[in-house]
Amino acid sequence: MSTLKVENLHVEVEGKEVLKGVTFEVKSGEIHALMGPNGSGKTTLSLALMGHPKYKITRGSITLDGEDITNLETDEKVKRGLFLAFQNPIEISGVKLSTLLVAEHNRVSGSNKSVSEIVADVRNIAKAVGLNETLLNRGVFDGFSGGEKKRTEILQMLLMKPKFAILDEPDSGVDVDGLKIISEGIKKLRAENNTGYVIITHYRRILDYVNADKVHVLYRGTIIASGGMELAKLIDEKGYEGVIKSHG
Amino acid sequence: MVRKMTEEKLSLDMNEILNASIEAKYEKLDQREFHRRIVESGLTKSTIEEISKIKKEPEWMLRLRLKSLELFEKIPTPNWLPDVLGSLNVSSLELYVKPDVDQTNSWDQIPKEIREYYDVLGIPESEKKYLGGLVAVFESEPIYSNVKEELTKKGVIMMPPEDALRKYPDFMKDYFMKIFPASDHKFAALHGALWSGGVFVYVPKGVKITTPVEGFFIIGREMEGQFEHTLIVADEGSYLHFIEGCSAPQLRKFSFHDGMVELYAKRNAKIKFTTIQNWSKNVINFNNKRAWADESANIEWVEGSLGSKYSFVYPTTILRGPNASSTSLVVTLASGEGEWKDSGSKMIHAAPNTKSKIVNKNIGFGGGVNIYRGLIKVNKGAKGAKAFVKCDSLMLDEKTKAYTFPHNQVLEDDADVAHEAHTFRMSEDQLFYLMNRGIGEKEATSMLVLGFIDEIMKELPFEYATMLNKVIKLELDKLGAVA
Repeated sequence: MSTLKVENLHVEVEGKEVLKGVTFEVKSGEIHALMGPNGSGKTTLSLALMGHPKYKITRGSITLDGEDITNLETDEKVKRGLFLAFQNPIEISGVKLSTLLVAEHNRVSGSNKSVSEIVADVRNIAKAVGLNETLLNRGVFDGFSGGEKKRTEILQMLLMKPKFAILDEPDSGVDVDGLKIISEGIKKLRAENNTGYVIITHYRRILDYVNADKVHVLYRGTIIASGGMELAKLIDEKGYEGVIKSHG
Repeated sequence: MVRKMTEEKLSLDMNEILNASIEAKYEKLDQREFHRRIVESGLTKSTIEEISKIKKEPEWMLRLRLKSLELFEKIPTPNWLPDVLGSLNVSSLELYVKPDVDQTNSWDQIPKEIREYYDVLGIPESEKKYLGGLVAVFESEPIYSNVKEELTKKGVIMMPPEDALRKYPDFMKDYFMKIFPASDHKFAALHGALWSGGVFVYVPKGVKITTPVEGFFIIGREMEGQFEHTLIVADEGSYLHFIEGCSAPQLRKFSFHDGMVELYAKRNAKIKFTTIQNWSKNVINFNNKRAWADESANIEWVEGSLGSKYSFVYPTTILRGPNASSTSLVVTLASGEGEWKDSGSKMIHAAPNTKSKIVNKNIGFGGGVNIYRGLIKVNKGAKGAKAFVKCDSLMLDEKTKAYTFPHNQVLEDDADVAHEAHTFRMSEDQLFYLMNRGIGEKEATSMLVLGFIDEIMKELPFEYATMLNKVIKLELDKLGAVA
């Protein structure tokens, strides 16, 4: 059982404070939803957690199983079991997707496997998330559709088997079939690896699919409400306005 | 055994020659003054006569040298010659004095950082000495003679051009500096006056040499030097892949280099010419490379310009027969403050249905400068010509610069000439993404760099690609890569 703890996190972006004291705690196997209107700081929180150089943590801390990982290098955080699926991942046309996937697989499986085994593994997972195999030979996200990008992010999550995964809008721009596949992936990894999640989303649908445990509402840099799925229902019916009125 | 050395000394002050050339770019130095400075440097008619005499050359070669000297003084200094060249202290040229002097050197004389570099690359001891310029002839004598025997059996001629001048004087007269005349530019003329050593290769009709011929192992000391001349003639329907140089860092004894490569591919012949230049960082490198392709012949240039401080390399193919084709793949690396890599391929379409493709990839970091100057020329009468140019720059930091000067001259309406140019800066976000996948900063950086040149790496023999890979990683390491 692992715990990811975020305490009183303050984050500045280009001199402007965007997060003003965010606190929450996720345990292994839990699925937390992070909701909130545009510009409330959700993506900032995800990037700051992973240590993006533009997002400066000015106060507060991130701890994983008691270890303070606030200021660790990004790759070190990843090695300790954190994972971020980007909302809109950047194209890296010079690096082949297959090269990246093999490197990830190698790191996780300790390169005990032969090249052909690794390639077979990668292909199987690609198939499971419904990603066209020809994409593996392209540059990373080079000419990928929105849905293909999301599936590729989930594919990498399944390869890397993190302790905690932050998924930034895994459901936006994805069709119904895609949404199902992504939700299945999330559930599968929870069942097999006891992964804990923070899912950033605007929609209740994905949360219903994965059966989320907790819902937090972020507004103007702080969490103004936390609760169960009833909070997601409220947002679905009345919009953020309703929640902000009653909690803000 | 160390050969007895002559005490006679012909020495030229290359600094003076270079500085006078740079000053001649401007009005501060007129023709007469330039001549005076050149004579002062030691480069005179009688020096040239002396060289030719020592080499026991035929009369026509002496005339070629003298004509070249004359042209060197007459031709204006090219305006692409950067003034900063004058600030580098280049070694004097010592001609034909102590041919075996290298063998008396010891391992300890190789700078520590280069020795460490070799260790990290995992280069065997015997090769290290070779690379460091300690042994003139590679120690693996059996490899050397096996390959040579194999080639001889098939009728391939391979020898220093000096020997070829004695054995095949008429043949040499037909080809030597015919495709790259001394009148081309100032430093081609200087080469014509001072050339020495190199290699001459002739591949007979229909002979296909399937394994790449590595000049590095086979030619031995003939490849060393400052003004070496490479001349390859591939007769009808033949094939040769010649690899010049070596991807491991090489310590150069001389810091001014002005070599020349001439390739002749006759009907249906194919020559692939691969150069990996990774000399120590105190070298100025002019390399004059030109090929001609007869009917349905093919020329492929693959060039990795990694080392040296200043480098000027423009592989050129003249497509002079119908259906001739050519590809040029060039990678340049400018990896430090003041490093200057000037490159660019040139394709001259002089016959119908000729095809060319240029891919130029520049990598810069640590304040390096990369410059691309390319030319696509479609002559009148070259109907149905197709040309494609892609030139990409990757800059790993803000200090680094890249410039592109493509040039097209198209005189036929139906020519299909396409040009693509992209500039990439390795972005913080790309690096962040890769680090989010558990890849450390250095590893992520080299992934981006190697990915960028992937289409050229694919063209290299496996061992070269592997070594290049390691060298680039080490370069990135050494400079601490990006902040």
